[in-house]
Amino acid sequence: MNQTQGAPRSFQEIILRLQAYWASKGCAVLQPYDMEVGAGTFHPATTLRSLGSAPWAAAYVQPSRRPTDGRYGENPNRLQHYYQYQVLIKPSPPDLQALYLGSLEAIGIDMGLHDIRFVEDDWESPTLGAWGLGWEVWCDGMEVSQFTYFQQVGGHDCAPVSGELTYGLERLAMYVLGIEHVMDMPFNDPQSPIPLSYGDVFKQTEEEYARWNFDVANTDVLLKHFEEAEAECRAILDQPADDPKTGKRIVMAHPAYDQCIKASHIFNLLDARGVISVTERQAYIGRVRALAKQCADAFVTTKAGGYAA
Amino acid sequence: MPDLLIELFSEEIPARMQARAAEDLRAKVTEGLVQAGLTYSGAAAFATPRRLALTVQGLPAASPALKDERRGPRADAPEKAIEGFLKSTGLTRDQLEERETPKGTMLFAVIDKPGRAAPEIVAEVLADTIRTFPWPKSMRWGNGSLRWVRPLQSILCILTDEGGAEVVPMEIEGIAAGNTTEGHRFMAPGRFPVSSFEDYIAKLKRNHVILNATERADHIWHDAQNLAFAAGLEVVEDKGLLAEVAGLVEWPVVLMGPIGEDFLHLPAEVLQTSMREHQKFFSVKNPKTDRIERFITVANRETADNGATVLAGNRRVLSARLSDARFFWENDLRVAKAGMGEWLDSLANVTFHNKLGSQAERIARIAALARELAPMVGADAGKAETAARLAKADLSSDMVGEFPELQGVMGRYYIEASGGDAEVAAAAQQHYSPLGPSDDVPTAPVSVAVALADKLDTLTGFWAIDEKPTGSKDPFALRRAALGVIRLVLTNGLTLHLDRLIDAQLLRHDIEVHSGEEAELRDELLREIAQHGVFGAATKALIETLGENAPAWLEKITGHVPDTSDDLLAFLHDRLKVYLRDQGIRHDIIDACLAMPGNDDLTLLVKRAEALNGVLKTEEGVNLLQGFKRANNILTQAETADGVEYSFGADRKLAQVPEETALFDALDAAEKAIRPALDQQDFPAAVAAMAALRAPVDAFFEAVKINDDSPVIRRNRLNLLSQIRKTCTSVADLTRVEG
Repeated sequence: MNQTQGAPRSFQEIILRLQAYWASKGCAVLQPYDMEVGAGTFHPATTLRSLGSAPWAAAYVQPSRRPTDGRYGENPNRLQHYYQYQVLIKPSPPDLQALYLGSLEAIGIDMGLHDIRFVEDDWESPTLGAWGLGWEVWCDGMEVSQFTYFQQVGGHDCAPVSGELTYGLERLAMYVLGIEHVMDMPFNDPQSPIPLSYGDVFKQTEEEYARWNFDVANTDVLLKHFEEAEAECRAILDQPADDPKTGKRIVMAHPAYDQCIKASHIFNLLDARGVISVTERQAYIGRVRALAKQCADAFVTTKAGGYAA
Repeated sequence: MPDLLIELFSEEIPARMQARAAEDLRAKVTEGLVQAGLTYSGAAAFATPRRLALTVQGLPAASPALKDERRGPRADAPEKAIEGFLKSTGLTRDQLEERETPKGTMLFAVIDKPGRAAPEIVAEVLADTIRTFPWPKSMRWGNGSLRWVRPLQSILCILTDEGGAEVVPMEIEGIAAGNTTEGHRFMAPGRFPVSSFEDYIAKLKRNHVILNATERADHIWHDAQNLAFAAGLEVVEDKGLLAEVAGLVEWPVVLMGPIGEDFLHLPAEVLQTSMREHQKFFSVKNPKTDRIERFITVANRETADNGATVLAGNRRVLSARLSDARFFWENDLRVAKAGMGEWLDSLANVTFHNKLGSQAERIARIAALARELAPMVGADAGKAETAARLAKADLSSDMVGEFPELQGVMGRYYIEASGGDAEVAAAAQQHYSPLGPSDDVPTAPVSVAVALADKLDTLTGFWAIDEKPTGSKDPFALRRAALGVIRLVLTNGLTLHLDRLIDAQLLRHDIEVHSGEEAELRDELLREIAQHGVFGAATKALIETLGENAPAWLEKITGHVPDTSDDLLAFLHDRLKVYLRDQGIRHDIIDACLAMPGNDDLTLLVKRAEALNGVLKTEEGVNLLQGFKRANNILTQAETADGVEYSFGADRKLAQVPEETALFDALDAAEKAIRPALDQQDFPAAVAAMAALRAPVDAFFEAVKINDDSPVIRRNRLNLLSQIRKTCTSVADLTRVEG
């Protein structure tokens, strides 16, 4: 990708440039995971693939949902549904910082005019039983990315260590495009025959989901779904590794992990509905973490997880 | 004499760890060098976000050669003994020396330990330093197993003498030491060679890196003040922030920008906290308006447009942040003006501790205790209770949710906004104080009542559920709470019966009644207990009137065992000892005072201890103490031997010598002076009267033999000693004083 193509003009152009950049650096450009998640880290291409010894390099956009952040589309930069751009490379290459800075240049940030800083920020995901060390990256005082060296995921030490980059796409794009309110941001090229803003695409859905998340979602049903997802996850992992039908060894780490993701998202919804007390909160997080750990335990007994039969 | 230069170049080191890491590098390397025989004349270490550097001057080129001499067996010793010696030294028989000694011909092993070249030692010490570096948090990266704070990228390690610089050959996890480094990441990319420490500093500066953190901080502070001064403004000093910012940049460039008009009405604490916590900005105050009107940010570089883009970006981010703060403020003001009910209600759903209930329950307990305390500290009971009820309401506010460090400060603003009383509002801000040993102690009565109630409730609560501090573990900061109680009492000269207050609050934790008549009854009973004690007559009378209608929980009061309150009081006394020791009062002096009645009244206790401490610094006092000890020893021995207590009172008529009569007079005089002095709590007077006994007691011991041949006279003298003991120990238990 040519990096001297000038300033991008739309949200989607920034995404396309990131895709092209990371593809040119050898990443497999994956598609979003087809489930509701709170962050790009939950995609199995990050959570599970950061485990085990097999090398890995992937980049993808992940739609992410944080029900408590919904503001009916009125807050200039808070959304209950937003996009993250996620890069995971294992083992972390020695020039990962330089590669990352290259990606900022690719989306039109002029390295000669801006002040880029790596500010300590240790990452921890209590629901995934994961932690790492790294930074939040500041551009002129604004956090534009998270940069993390994974040390542990699902209770397993990461060896080799993965380098993870997470870009909050809306915030980053608003900064690059000079937009004050997310809903005003051009989604496609403003010169297009049918120019669409972020608001044209998402204002209505933000309202609809905010209402549902905060006031309507049936908490009894959600609580039941949580229990079911938890039970199903356990049931899947309780199956013997050898499939009686095919006679093959098939550990179902991914289907089990889907149930873990589901439980995690339902917990977020219940949290937004305000039905989880402070003490219960810890208990729910602990239950999701237990699932994540069991899925990680299962994944490392699969081929992709580095298991040699 | 070569000089050593080391640089460990890595990805960005957290600002808060840099200073410590530089010091650790210096200590570990120099200690390692000295242990290996390399002395040095000077060393200094430095840190920037991307490097730790160390210069060690005046090393010898090699460690000194040593001769290791060991004496073996006699030359004519059995073969086996000689063989064992050869084995242990690794030598052969013909390499041993034979020497004549007074014990005969002995075998000696003389092993030459040649000196080792400095590079070899440096390589070893540095590798060991890197592998065992005490980072507070470290990580692995890539395929490696080495741990460092962030990925270690290169090592510079050279020894420089008149002949030039030489790279110390060493390698760790595929990183070979060299003589090159990098300058500023953006302003001067690329590597360059370095030949000495002076060359290193100069080239770094040319490549836009200031190595010394103090120099960076000075530079930032100097430029910030100049910028502000030129605009007729003042930078708000913040040393912690300055040190942090100096650790975030290698090439500081100070920029000043305005805060949007829309935000200038926000409380100064909000502006300052938001800017410092989120953006690491300094606040700039206008002395004419006394408002925070601008910010100062420190960029890590110069840019082609002289920082215009950087400043514009920072302004935008600040606007977004302050929009949030303004949203919180406006939203909070709405709730505050409506009486804060929304917040108070929601505190019922916030757990304080799973065994101590919700914040709302905690607040109700504190409010009840504050009401009981009010008359004892000169506060209006109604105001104290209201203040306690409102003081923690801000915990539910949006602003405190975002900036927990603004708790109390926001409470004051919100209570003022709700039209609340000024004393009540001040109490919201002050009731957390004192937080540390140097924090100001509240003196406004309402604030004192709430601050004491808050801390006593915390202490009794955690004592009730047996979560006391152990060793270095004090997760609920109970030592700090205890010190807070002590300082509140002493600073305000309060006379409090802490044991009664503790009993009452422990029972409040124990008896859960939330409303209705029973709750009123409980509070009435606890109020009696707070004032007159669990076993006071008034409390008993009140309990008796209940007759058969007594609720089941009454047993908790009638059967109250003071073990827990005694234990908590002992904890407070321990903290008091630590506190007074720092003020120069010995622990045995405090022990002597603690043994006296009324020791839960800390003000009284300290007055007594100060008076005793004062007199024991005088010659009179020291001698009297010795006289007292002599009297007490003789008396105790006699009492043990005779199996009786000599407390009958001595008879003046049996006095044999003038010195004995004089002691009778002196004891009478002392008693007459001490009793009223103690009643008035005039401890200096009491102690002075006691010290006046010194001369008569000394003279008495000079003149008489206690164990007189006449049993009558002996008994009388022992009874006289008993009177000395009684008189002296009415002031403090001198038996506990050492010396």
